[in-house]
Amino acid sequence: MFSQFKEWYDKRHEYARDWKQRTGGKVMGCFCSYVPEEMLVAGNILPVRVLGSHEPQNVTEPYLFGMYCPFCRDVLAQGLKGKYNYLDGITLSQSCIHLRQSYVAWREHVKVPHDYYLYMPNKVQTKAATPFLKSELEKYQAHIEEITGRELTDDDLDRGIKIVNRNRDLMHQVYEHRKGDTPKLTGLEAMYMTVSAMWVDKEEHSAEIEKVLAQLPDRQMDRDTGARLLMVGSENDDIAFIDMVESVGATFVVDDHCTGTRWFWNKVEPNDDRLYAIADRYVKRPPCPTKDWEERWRFPHIVQLCKDFNVEGAIVIQQKFCDPHECDIMPLRKMLDDNSIPSLFLEFDVTVPIGQFKVRVEAFLEMFGVDDLF
Amino acid sequence: MSKYKTEPLKCWQKAKELREKYYKDYQTAHETGGLRWTGGAWSFDAIPYGLGDDVYPLTGEPYAASIAFMKDFSLECLEATEAKGWARDLCSYMRNYWGSMYLDKWAFGGPFPKANFAWQDHICCSHGKWDQHVAEYEKIPYFCIDVSVGPYNDLDEPKLKYVVDQMHEGIEFLEKATGREYDDEKLIAAVNNECRHTSTWAEICMLNKHKPAPLDEKSMYSLYVFGTLSKAKKEFADFMEEVRDEMKYRIDNEIAALPTERCRLISDTQPPWAFLKVFRYLEKFGAISVGSLYTFALVGIWEDKPDGTWGPRTTPAQQGIKIETRDQALRILADWNLSKPEWQQFYDPTIKTRMMKRIYDEWELDGVMLHLNRGCEGLSCGIMENHWGLTHMDVPVMSFEGNMGDSREFDESRTMDRIDSFMERLGLKKLD
Repeated sequence: MFSQFKEWYDKRHEYARDWKQRTGGKVMGCFCSYVPEEMLVAGNILPVRVLGSHEPQNVTEPYLFGMYCPFCRDVLAQGLKGKYNYLDGITLSQSCIHLRQSYVAWREHVKVPHDYYLYMPNKVQTKAATPFLKSELEKYQAHIEEITGRELTDDDLDRGIKIVNRNRDLMHQVYEHRKGDTPKLTGLEAMYMTVSAMWVDKEEHSAEIEKVLAQLPDRQMDRDTGARLLMVGSENDDIAFIDMVESVGATFVVDDHCTGTRWFWNKVEPNDDRLYAIADRYVKRPPCPTKDWEERWRFPHIVQLCKDFNVEGAIVIQQKFCDPHECDIMPLRKMLDDNSIPSLFLEFDVTVPIGQFKVRVEAFLEMFGVDDLF
Repeated sequence: MSKYKTEPLKCWQKAKELREKYYKDYQTAHETGGLRWTGGAWSFDAIPYGLGDDVYPLTGEPYAASIAFMKDFSLECLEATEAKGWARDLCSYMRNYWGSMYLDKWAFGGPFPKANFAWQDHICCSHGKWDQHVAEYEKIPYFCIDVSVGPYNDLDEPKLKYVVDQMHEGIEFLEKATGREYDDEKLIAAVNNECRHTSTWAEICMLNKHKPAPLDEKSMYSLYVFGTLSKAKKEFADFMEEVRDEMKYRIDNEIAALPTERCRLISDTQPPWAFLKVFRYLEKFGAISVGSLYTFALVGIWEDKPDGTWGPRTTPAQQGIKIETRDQALRILADWNLSKPEWQQFYDPTIKTRMMKRIYDEWELDGVMLHLNRGCEGLSCGIMENHWGLTHMDVPVMSFEGNMGDSREFDESRTMDRIDSFMERLGLKKLD
């Protein structure tokens, strides 16, 4: 049922090259999940989130000091190795300093035809944020028009908003099927779906979700759900890890990741001022920790997810050296604890020690079966 | 062997006294009904001065640097922070500060003085989060201004307005948090003081173009610090003018910081504070560090002069601008700070590379030292690009790895060996 998403996940570059050939459209590499995809879709540009490959590499040391996170180094490695050589441009939407360096190193050493630094505000909690971002989106619109050679009209923007909103709506509908006693899909399957949406044409992707949605109500799962887990933390698309956890007596029923719910959770609310509406969506989306201050907007959202999806435990993951998440993990785990949700903390690198993590995950999961033991 | 005469800085004792008074004022503020706020060295400290003359700041970075200098206490603080579960690779200033707070130990004796409110600004990933935790732990109100709107050369009205709008919100916050009425006249005076202070510091750094340099980097740390403690404090702005005058006196009288000066260097970011002896070791070779992008540009505000050189930015007062309203004061304050050279590198390391090359040329240097500083993700941002860029412009570069605030991450003997190699590369041997 989810094989198409898996294929898109495994063959992301082949897909993008093929899309480019068959549509004649441009492809934009997106650094961070704050890039306003609606505007790219409006310009018939394929947004492609640039992610790592989880393979050891030795090409980034001259450009990135080793104290920065493995994800940003893995992202740079993909560029230096030519894996994304089909891109017509790259866009950084300002977030953490780590990924910013990957973007600059791409610009300086990978040499993509177009590059753009979008000044996404970091203080999303000020009323000045949306008007400011709107003004930045006006400049980004001009950049898109320059790349495509045509004006982005209100109709184009409406179409872009509609297409991306529909994709978000459909993913929400799929997530609804994870709330029941027996989730109709695994966390691995959900991740194949959400992550592949980051580079597959949204209309094609939505059409595939609709096929899945038609089948999900009758789907019989031939596995025990086990412990219902939340996966929360830094960027994560580590398929091998998720597969391992779900093979030892657990199911991820929801997540708070920029490769998951944080990316698609809220929609653009239609407004005559299209760019204001788009800006407001990105300012109000579930925040990355780097933008979550002075108050904590992220934590109540996570608690609500735990309640809605009947979460029993959480696996908190952090990309090594990821400062924003390192600043959140202690209070996050306390907040989970205060809500009677035990958590396991794991630090991720480009590759993860599956064997060691398996031992720790099994030990963590044992606490959920304690009533069966005694 | 001495080529030049030297003498101790006349301003040294006063600098020491002013710094001691700063921390004492903060510690004792509540005894006289005053207010304390905690925040960052880059906080817009002119704004809280509108609450009154008895409002005292504690800026986290220089406080943490003082802790780092006290190696044993620093270790105690770092371990206290680690014991709470925080990651060891987080900003080492933040970890020293938090440790001092957890231990309830003030670096200068007594319990850790709790602030009335936190007032921060955000440009790296840590600042907004640093005082978020302080505010939660101390149960105090918190306000933080996002300044990450891009390089100054690209500044436009919406970007400036974004920062200024937050400042206006900040004043509303201050009134609510303290119950005090805000005085715009005090704000205007503070903005003028800040501009005078930070421009004068740039002038002092500019005077170090002179050969022999009147000031060495290690001494600069004790003077630039006032711009990190409180840029907008009148006493400190006045003191900077005294320091500037002494620099002119030293130049006029050919008084050198290092009498054996024959090699001129700069560094880039914060030094490993527990190992400032690195700078004294350079002197054995007749090498002097005449500053750093950090000391020049963390505090100093610069501009391009008509002759093409880098010099102190002309202040609003020098331009004949009379600040009359709150909004005008805030716009000037935002514009002034957004031009801070040290903020530019956060968006693009090639800007830092160009600034360092400019200093290399205008200060007539022989080489550059880059501190791969594991303690600061902000100022180490793009540092390998700086290394790459400078070496491709034929600038001799030495890099050394360390940590400004965590002495456990500095290999002293290895660093000295690297200096030996660098000196050899520059054709220098130790002086007899």
